[in-house]
Amino acid sequence: MLAAAADRTTSHLSSVGELALFAGKAAQQIFVPPYEFRETVRQLYELGLRSAPLIALSGLAVGVVLSMHTRASLERFGAESMIPAGLAMALVRETGPLTAALLLSGRIGAGIGAELGAMRVTEQIDALEASAVDAFRYLVVTRVIACVIALPLLTTIMNFAGILGGFFAETAATGMSLGLYFTRAFSLIEMSDYVPATLKTMVFGFIIATVSCFLGFTTTSGTEGVGRASTRAVVLSSILCIVANVVLVQMIFFVYPQAAG
Amino acid sequence: MAAAEAAVRLEGVSKSFGALRVLDNVTMTVPEGCGFVILGRSGTGKSVTLRSIIGLVRPDEGRVFVGGRDITGLEGEALSNVRKQVGFLFQSAALFDSISVGENVAFPMRRHTKLSDAEIRQRATEKLASVGLGEDYEKMPGDLSGGMRKRAGLARALALDPSILLVDEPSAGLDPLTSDEIDELLLGLKHEHKTTLVVVTHNITSARKLGDRLVMLHEGRILAEGTVADLEASDDELVHAFMTSSHSG
Repeated sequence: MLAAAADRTTSHLSSVGELALFAGKAAQQIFVPPYEFRETVRQLYELGLRSAPLIALSGLAVGVVLSMHTRASLERFGAESMIPAGLAMALVRETGPLTAALLLSGRIGAGIGAELGAMRVTEQIDALEASAVDAFRYLVVTRVIACVIALPLLTTIMNFAGILGGFFAETAATGMSLGLYFTRAFSLIEMSDYVPATLKTMVFGFIIATVSCFLGFTTTSGTEGVGRASTRAVVLSSILCIVANVVLVQMIFFVYPQAAG
Repeated sequence: MAAAEAAVRLEGVSKSFGALRVLDNVTMTVPEGCGFVILGRSGTGKSVTLRSIIGLVRPDEGRVFVGGRDITGLEGEALSNVRKQVGFLFQSAALFDSISVGENVAFPMRRHTKLSDAEIRQRATEKLASVGLGEDYEKMPGDLSGGMRKRAGLARALALDPSILLVDEPSAGLDPLTSDEIDELLLGLKHEHKTTLVVVTHNITSARKLGDRLVMLHEGRILAEGTVADLEASDDELVHAFMTSSHSG
């Protein structure tokens, strides 16, 4: 029993090491030409643009709910006029980036894990290599680049959709005009709130893509393995995004002390 | 036979996966233009042998020569250049299921030639026509039957006019008639284009038809080697049983 536990631990540690090497290789090859330009654009469309409706709709819903909760809290202090600014600050600094990352861990992570897993078990990855194509560069690096580019853009969509959702809730509750709402919403937000928080999602994009590609690339055991890779891609990339967020927020506060204010 | 005179040569190749030794000191030579069949029961290392020829599997020991060139340690561009000379028909055909059948065949040309779009499309259509799928350019792989997928996989393997064609279980999952048709296509390649065939199979009917020379693997080692007649005359019980079996799929 002890030996089995030791074997499992060794196996897990070995997988962690392999994932780290895989991520290191991906990070290095992002900067090494030649680039698979057409495939990268295709992935930007598949992973980025096609995620936009999910992000926009979710953002709207999050904005409505945040506005309702914020109203319930601030009404007690007679500070309803701060609702747009408070909601926008919460969205831009934290709720938008992290919610977008978790939603995309689900959509993109599951998609990449299942797609590459299926390609592995049906020998399509071997067929790429046999066709004298570098499968890692063609399948992994393109997806990593696409995710790193797409995440900040999708996060920005999420932020604006959330702020818009907040407007719908506010105008329904108080009849506030669009102009006044947006003036108040952006009254406190500075570039130091938006830029670091949005750029950190590039790290989330890297995590989601590399974890999902790794699990897809190393899939075994047929269709059962594909399902497992897909599920693990979602779970592991979500957890790693949440953990990375803690570290990144600390780093942002260190580099931009004004962001902590 | 010297390495330079052979299309493919394996020298003392061994490969293990974990504790399982799949290939154990395998040495074989495939002459140019030969139909070379690797026979054996399931799990004896046939597919691993085939994959080691194109660098999809790295031997733990030994060396692999393709066209006289040692490819054992090759990587990157150098390995890609070798792979362009070798076609590979996978057991499942391994068509890229996100693009059409025609684009599967066009894929290697788009990657490795400077032909125009129109020329690539024309050549891909010709390759498909040569395997009887001339009208199926726009179909998706999921719309094809098992035999058609295998034909399309063959057309893709031939896209760059390779001098060596590696074929993994050409008759797997096919009915006897379709299997015969695939064998005839492979024979046509050998006779008309002098393509060297390395075929892994456990189908004795295919092996008789395609094999100028045969090797039989058992537990990662070569159990017998020679012509069909040589193997039929073998005293080894397993070789004899295999060669006289009626199994054909």
